[in-house]
Amino acid sequence: MSWTFLPIVIVLAVIAFIGGRAVAARRARVTKAHSRPEQHGLYALIWVAFPALVVLLLVAMFAGSLEQRLLAAGAPAEVTALEPIREEAFFADARRLGAGQRTQQAWEQPFAELLPVEGVRAARIAQTVDFAGVVAALLAAALGGLFVFSQIRPDMRARNRVEGWVVGILFTCSALAVLTTVGIIASLLFDATRFFAAVPIQEFLFGTQWSPQIAIRADQVGSSGAFGALPLFAGTFLIMLIAMAVAAPIGLFAAIYLSEYAGRTSRAVIKPVLEILAGVPTVVYGFFAALTVGPAFREMFNGLGALLVGGPLDGIGQYLLLVQNQMALVAGAVMGIMLIPFVSSLSDDIINAVPQSLRDGSFAMGATKSETVKRVLLPAALPGVAGAMLLAMSRAIGETMIVTMAAGLAARLTLNPLDTVTTVTVQIVTLLTGDQEFDSPKTLAAFGLGLTLFVVTLMLNIVAQKIVQTYRQQYD
Amino acid sequence: MTDAAHDMVAKRAERLQAGLKQRYAKERRFKLYGILAVGVAVAFLLLLLGRIVEQGYTAFYAHSTTVPIYMDPERVDRAYPAGTNFNLMVAEQQLARFGIADDAQGTKATEMRGLFSSELKFQAADRIKADPSLIGKTVPITAPLSDDADLYFKGKISRDTPADQRRLSDEQIDWLDRLQAEGLVRSHFNGGLFTKGDSTEPELAGVLGALVGSALMLAVTALLAIPIGVAAAVYLEEFSPRNRISALIEVNINNLAAVPSIVYGLLGLALFINWMHLPRSSPLVGGLVLALMALPTIIIATRSSLKAVPPSIREAALAMGASKTQTVFQHVLPLAMPGVMTGAIISMAHALGETAPLLLIGMVSFVPGVPTGFDQPTGALPSLIYIWENASERAFHERTAAAILVLLAFMIVMNAAAIVLRRRFERRW
Repeated sequence: MSWTFLPIVIVLAVIAFIGGRAVAARRARVTKAHSRPEQHGLYALIWVAFPALVVLLLVAMFAGSLEQRLLAAGAPAEVTALEPIREEAFFADARRLGAGQRTQQAWEQPFAELLPVEGVRAARIAQTVDFAGVVAALLAAALGGLFVFSQIRPDMRARNRVEGWVVGILFTCSALAVLTTVGIIASLLFDATRFFAAVPIQEFLFGTQWSPQIAIRADQVGSSGAFGALPLFAGTFLIMLIAMAVAAPIGLFAAIYLSEYAGRTSRAVIKPVLEILAGVPTVVYGFFAALTVGPAFREMFNGLGALLVGGPLDGIGQYLLLVQNQMALVAGAVMGIMLIPFVSSLSDDIINAVPQSLRDGSFAMGATKSETVKRVLLPAALPGVAGAMLLAMSRAIGETMIVTMAAGLAARLTLNPLDTVTTVTVQIVTLLTGDQEFDSPKTLAAFGLGLTLFVVTLMLNIVAQKIVQTYRQQYD
Repeated sequence: MTDAAHDMVAKRAERLQAGLKQRYAKERRFKLYGILAVGVAVAFLLLLLGRIVEQGYTAFYAHSTTVPIYMDPERVDRAYPAGTNFNLMVAEQQLARFGIADDAQGTKATEMRGLFSSELKFQAADRIKADPSLIGKTVPITAPLSDDADLYFKGKISRDTPADQRRLSDEQIDWLDRLQAEGLVRSHFNGGLFTKGDSTEPELAGVLGALVGSALMLAVTALLAIPIGVAAAVYLEEFSPRNRISALIEVNINNLAAVPSIVYGLLGLALFINWMHLPRSSPLVGGLVLALMALPTIIIATRSSLKAVPPSIREAALAMGASKTQTVFQHVLPLAMPGVMTGAIISMAHALGETAPLLLIGMVSFVPGVPTGFDQPTGALPSLIYIWENASERAFHERTAAAILVLLAFMIVMNAAAIVLRRRFERRW
């Protein structure tokens, strides 16, 4: 990889800095310079390092696909006759072989023979591309150096130019956030449109059958009917509801207690505890849900069922006896606990933002604390709290690990919390782990789901942030 | 004052009194709800940690056995010692020692073999390879017991459960008791948990590979996300003109902070793996994805700590003739640094525990051994937890909990560092 060249760039840049500083200092002896020698040095450093780094970055970004394309261009006829997915896999294996690694697949005869040859060619191409990248980077550094050393004069405003660069770099960094969004949208849209070309969008949004495993091959019967995502949306919604039913009251009451009742010391104890709860990785919650909460709930419901069997509620009893470890209730409840600190810290902020004068006014009228909270603070904070709840909802919708580990995989259109359900995030994980073919609707469906997830959570976030922000400004 | 009027006043006072009592009761109930809510949260945390410690502490010790092996010259091939089935040989020798005759199918030997880990085989082969003159001698070799035998000594497999519901037969349990009575079984700290990579056999599986993978990934994340995030925040807070572009960037960053992590996994899969052809399952790709994810959090934290630096500092620097850039980099940023560090550490802790995006970029595959570079396939602690949780062997359950304890220890250290930093450098202006 061309990254090994990075230290050389650093060395070159340091040389440029020292050289630039020396040159500037020498020339400044004749007349008074505008900028200090260090600033000239920095200017030289930027002009040497920046072009080289850009070249390296471009090489890193495009070398992979370039190598693939070069390989494909000179490939023997047998290989180009393969279907695109297999062809790509073949080249990937050839490159792996060329890099001295083992291949991922076993190839049958004509290809098994071709593979070493292609491997050698792949290694050569990789070497050439690497070499070309390094040469280009060196060239870029040299050109930048030539340019900058011709520029250094006592009257050059090196400081202003360096600062211009600095601001430019800072701007680029913040633009990266926008680029990330563009990247997310582009990658989701690109693959999702490919998916929607195979499966009509209304079929995806309103279909009630979800069984992507059926449609591994496009020519199979029923391959288009298996991508109705409605059960997934129902499952996601159900788990989100349960989670909010746990998190909203507990989180809100905890926030009220913390901001209105708790003294200094208890606040100092409770806050960090809630912070720990917020810092626990979700995979740990998932483990806990799967291994502790799930069996406990099952035993509870089975016990309840055993009590009811034979009585007037025999049917319910029979049903409760069959409840399994994995159910929407377990995932939802644990997710609710996970969301408590999130809800409470947001609500805490918002309740604290209500001006003291409102409380004082209420107390002066003879209201108790709880009456003040219920009749004055909460109504005043309501929009903000609603915003916080919306944010928590979007979190619950996007949460993956807990449901993956505790809610099961059965895509079922149900609102029964004791059923196993599946969610959008779980299906994305299932579709994309294990063997993958990148052109089958099965894999592409994950991107369709991802797009839906992104759009829904984005809407919720935007609405919630709008609400929270307008509310916060109200009293300022 | 007439009696009737007096009566009315008294009645009103009584009503008020009764109402007050009710109101105070309501007040107490309301406060109780608050305490209950906090109590539930705290109780849950204790339950969570308690259960994980309870399930995981047993993984920190393990049982191994030291068995004398007669290196039978008829069975050990001098040229190719690794080809010998040492486990079977040992099993047969043990059976012979116990005076138990095997049946024609060798069922008992197979059962006995199941008590020893395959580590025994490798140890024996290594010893022979190092010193071929051992052939024909009796050599004591120490190796872990198999996961089931280990669980038996830890009390997790009990003789009381019906034989068809446990993984060890009555006979196997008898043999284990006998080995222990002879003093051949020893309980010790499970160092392998920290010095070995993943394995399909629980008694040989360790977290080192995942730990190194996580560390490499976190290095990539920190190297990218912290400088870029801080730079972006500095630009937005100190340099950006208040126009529509910077407003757009701001809204964008707030939204990015709330995008579900799995969407970042999809981005990483499409961008880094399918488009740039970076190596799957590598710390490089994982670090890149986590860096994109950590970026908005770092930007938000940095901005708020930059905001906390009072304008007088900036004005003083500018008044002394410093340029805008000098003001920011030599005066404002150093003062905001503790807050920046706190935000960075907390976001790194989050990145360390993140799992979902790693699943999508192929970090759920089984990777034995320890990664050596940024482009080598590797696991990460959270994905290891996910893999082990799904494993069928029961011994992996305690290991999952132990791996969680290791992960939590790191998170707590990181969060504690953030708290200490905040406390130590907190400054009121």
